[in-house]
Amino acid sequence: MDKAMEEAGNIMSAMVQESKAAYDIIRERFGEAVSEFDANPTMPFFEVLDTARWVDIALFMRDDARLKFNCMACLSGVDYLEEGKLGIVCNFESIGQYTHRIAVKVKCQRDGGSIPSVSCVWHTANWHEREAYDMYGMVFDGHPDLRRILCPEDWTGFPLRKDYQVQETYHGIKVPY
Amino acid sequence: MQELGKAELNSTRIIRQDDNRVIIEKDLDTEYMVLSMGPQHPSTHGVLRLECITDGEVVVEAEPYLGYLHRCFEKYCEKIDYPAIVPYTDRMDYLAGMNTELAYCITVEKLLDIEIPRRVEFIRVITAELNRIASHLVAIGTYGIDLGAFTPFLFCFRDREIILNLLEWISGARMLYNYVWIGGLSYDVPADFKKRVDEFVSYFKPKVVELRELLTENEIFVKRTKGIGIMPAEVAINYGWSGPMLRGSGVKWDLRRNDPYSIYPELEFDIPVPDGKFSDVGDSLSRHLVRALEIDESLKIIEQCLDKMPEVAGFDPRAVIPKRIRPKAGEVYGRAENPRGEVGFYIVSDGKSTKPLRCKARSSCFVNLSAMKDLSKGQLIPDLVAIIGSIDIVLGEVDR
Repeated sequence: MDKAMEEAGNIMSAMVQESKAAYDIIRERFGEAVSEFDANPTMPFFEVLDTARWVDIALFMRDDARLKFNCMACLSGVDYLEEGKLGIVCNFESIGQYTHRIAVKVKCQRDGGSIPSVSCVWHTANWHEREAYDMYGMVFDGHPDLRRILCPEDWTGFPLRKDYQVQETYHGIKVPY
Repeated sequence: MQELGKAELNSTRIIRQDDNRVIIEKDLDTEYMVLSMGPQHPSTHGVLRLECITDGEVVVEAEPYLGYLHRCFEKYCEKIDYPAIVPYTDRMDYLAGMNTELAYCITVEKLLDIEIPRRVEFIRVITAELNRIASHLVAIGTYGIDLGAFTPFLFCFRDREIILNLLEWISGARMLYNYVWIGGLSYDVPADFKKRVDEFVSYFKPKVVELRELLTENEIFVKRTKGIGIMPAEVAINYGWSGPMLRGSGVKWDLRRNDPYSIYPELEFDIPVPDGKFSDVGDSLSRHLVRALEIDESLKIIEQCLDKMPEVAGFDPRAVIPKRIRPKAGEVYGRAENPRGEVGFYIVSDGKSTKPLRCKARSSCFVNLSAMKDLSKGQLIPDLVAIIGSIDIVLGEVDR
């Protein structure tokens, strides 16, 4: 059993090593625009510090022959209330090319903050960015169609923010029960 | 015939015919009509609304509107404990509750670092594959109904009922099970479980052949679906498609093989991908075909699991479930192969609370449906129905 556990540990670290190798290529190209690599075993990630270069980084990640992150598996909005920021977390993988996976974080200011849209790079980002906007209220610059997607168009507030207060009434209907 | 000129934005055309007669054609332009399909439309499989701009019978553009079933699952998750989220995951994809539960539980288990007993893993895989068959039967049956074939639907639902009875027998619920728990199961399977599942498998095998002869090889069905809504592999990957949708486009990608979880690495099964002989790769028929072939593979997996499943006297499936589930601080993205594609959970834990800081559900149907706008361009309205049916959406999962 110990041996099995040890092997499992090795597989895990191999996965992180692959992510690290992919990160090194991005770091080499973009330098200080990206943060240090976070080598946690469950979801290795790095953060984009210079958000203005996010689209460049995204295009590089998709098209570089050594990376080929052709699939965005998931894009989640997150509220960092203590830092006073909102952010997105994107999970990438390379279907049919490599086995590496990596996660990327991009953050923006809570009030009036914006993140460049990558919906032109991955189609998946289109609806996911609309969802993140719907739930958290960060604006995605350059998004072709930034509307609410799950909530009604005339809903007030952004439900998944930690300090969200439900509106009193919606079209004359009492909302909180 | 020679065109001499046009006037008033294509509404008038002047043509010189071969015998030198000049013809003036007037009132040629057509008017676009906005046609709202749904939310209460049988072919949208739930409360989806498609706003179609049509030019006669041809769809110029179709824009999906969602959110009619939005319950803000993710907000609930931030208010309740980790184990209490499991019943909510059932209500996302209500046709494949076991699979979604499994996806959620393996994600939390990644943060917890606990070892799951082997018997639990086998039971999880058997129930997940049974549920996959049940889900594919609904997909295939309702797809037939969309295209005017009523009988296969009745056959599918007759056989699905047997699976639902089996799952009700072990969990107490027909569709919303709350059976797979973090670190274990709610109950062990009853004593006769192996025998009854074995009976089902041997009963169901000839029925799969029957269904194939009745629907998949039916000439009318093939004519309605072949070459309709073709999605090239490159675009499908860029759209983030997964599951039978992606495999229908010819990409051999299955999370049970490509990001293995549970005991799938020990099991023998193929990943069916259309070869382009029977269908055009990437069309609606290919997606249907992948689902039909996957039923066979699921049966294979169930048979192997029944053989290999260890019998443990006095087995307690709750033995390794922690008293208080409080994962260490960290983030995790875990996913599993659902009947409709990749279902993923992104969970953030602060290490102090018994509630997640953030729990995002990546819905497979949501992502698959997002390609609707591209798929529907220039299609006939009846073909639009064939395309929606082939995407196999469950609106409970799209809207969450």
